[in-house]
Amino acid sequence: MSNLIEIRWHGRGGQGAKTASLLLADAAFNTGKYIQGFPEYGPERMGAPITAYNRISDEPITVHSNIYEPDYVVVVDDTLLDCVDVTAGLKPDGAIIINTTKDGEELKAALKGYTGNVYKIDARKVSMETLGKYFPNTPMLAAVVKVSGIMTDEAFLEDMIGSFKHKFAKKPEVIDGNMKALEMALQEVTKV
Amino acid sequence: MGIRERLSGNEAAAIAMKQINPDVVAAFPITPSTEIPQYFSSFVSNGEVDTEFVAVESEHSAMSACIGAQAAGARAMTATSANGLSLMWEMVYIASSLRLPIVMSLVNRAVSGPLNIHNDHSDAMGVRDSGWIMLFSENNQEAYDNLLMAHRIAEHKDVLLPLMVCQDGFITSHSIENIELLEDEKVKEFVGKYNPEHYLLNDKEPIAVGPLDLQAYLFEHKAQQAVAMRNAKKVIAEVSADFERLTGRKYEFFEKYKMDDAETVIVCMNSTAGTAKAAVDELREQGVKAGLLKIRMFRPFPSEEVAEALKNVKAIAVLDKADSLNGAGGALFEDVVSGMYVANVHVPTVNYVYGIGGRDTTVSDIKKVYNDLNEVAQTGNVGNPYRYLGLRGEI
Repeated sequence: MSNLIEIRWHGRGGQGAKTASLLLADAAFNTGKYIQGFPEYGPERMGAPITAYNRISDEPITVHSNIYEPDYVVVVDDTLLDCVDVTAGLKPDGAIIINTTKDGEELKAALKGYTGNVYKIDARKVSMETLGKYFPNTPMLAAVVKVSGIMTDEAFLEDMIGSFKHKFAKKPEVIDGNMKALEMALQEVTKV
Repeated sequence: MGIRERLSGNEAAAIAMKQINPDVVAAFPITPSTEIPQYFSSFVSNGEVDTEFVAVESEHSAMSACIGAQAAGARAMTATSANGLSLMWEMVYIASSLRLPIVMSLVNRAVSGPLNIHNDHSDAMGVRDSGWIMLFSENNQEAYDNLLMAHRIAEHKDVLLPLMVCQDGFITSHSIENIELLEDEKVKEFVGKYNPEHYLLNDKEPIAVGPLDLQAYLFEHKAQQAVAMRNAKKVIAEVSADFERLTGRKYEFFEKYKMDDAETVIVCMNSTAGTAKAAVDELREQGVKAGLLKIRMFRPFPSEEVAEALKNVKAIAVLDKADSLNGAGGALFEDVVSGMYVANVHVPTVNYVYGIGGRDTTVSDIKKVYNDLNEVAQTGNVGNPYRYLGLRGEI
């Protein structure tokens, strides 16, 4: 399956990494792909490191294991760089996308010699400006779509408005903010 | 045809139950099956089904309520996992001995202790001799499809046995994947109405259910259960053929994946079969004649058919996701080798216990097994037949 894309999410319990992985699976599904979205369940607590995964392919996916050699890694919380080996198995021709305000030198030091592409985005800034609260998963979802090129920005945004209308059926007032967060994140993610 | 969707294995099971619209669902929440009754109870609250949902205080009561409902003449379903099934255990045997075609969704998880919430098959293996039909499912699609076929198999007059549909906890129960659903009307038509021949609420035929059954009759009743289990093979084949005509999805007692010219073969169940397919594909590209036999119908066990399918291969590994702790082999291994022995099929066969308590099993783990099998095939020497896959350190 040469078109298979594998993504690993690192976040902390409560930040929505699992939800983001499921939303990404949804969006890719809606463009006609075969998808998997699944969290690695452990002793879950608010703030504890958690991992979630996506497989996205043009062909049916039969593998049912965790992902050890991802094409992309998404780090939803940069304090994880100190305690989780986030680049473990990450393909050199892949990329890591980090929610951070650290500069390139700091990131290079934290990533222990990872030679692939490094992208960063200040998801806190995006989230505060568009939602008024800190929900890093929405900007990170847009960032990984942008970097991986799984779908076009337009297709992604069009699909997400449908997803948010469904997800936030009981609080439609947050849909606009979430859409703005996605649009802004698509622009804000930068290569280090 | 069909509805393209993406659902977790638990969602798929709950949707199947919604489309089946049973008379009674009685369940108690336990990870990782909790979502099934959770979603189903919302279908009840929203009026999408007209099922009587019984929120019982334990799994023992859940199975008891299902037994009462089914004996009364209703179609009853439940869902559970691991220790939930353990607590049901007494009633699990009673359900089958009373010949009540209850359908259970079993989301496989390790039985404690020490406490572990993750996947293995120790819960299912604990009830393998309880007289329930047991179907295993590789993914959400198979969990859904097996449930849609369940009632027609269980309720058939030549069978009348309860049936459980197994899927791997978390690995498929909590993974969102593509699935093709049937339209509600097609499910309704396929499953059909439940018309029990004998039932407690039939005032024209007063009967007793579950009275004392001593030396004079219990033996004969048990033998009848065994006959019913043998009859289930034919019925499972018929219902699966009907289902294929409806959906195009083919289900047999087991799936043969690239078995035509296979020399080294893995036998396993549930989600690991999907991972093994990826391993087989990679090995085939390298010219290795690897094959896979995925057991769907574990009870009744298709002994003759398995022996026939394996008779020409050079080496076999049977993967057990539960350790029988008997100092010999796992349950699936013992079933496969005894079936082969009786059929006079002699192929070097080894057993791997793997995936215990949710230990992840990867494509490279599976390829290692095929590599081991190449050595067995070349030397004809089985070595230690009781092996572990993915265990740390030496035992």
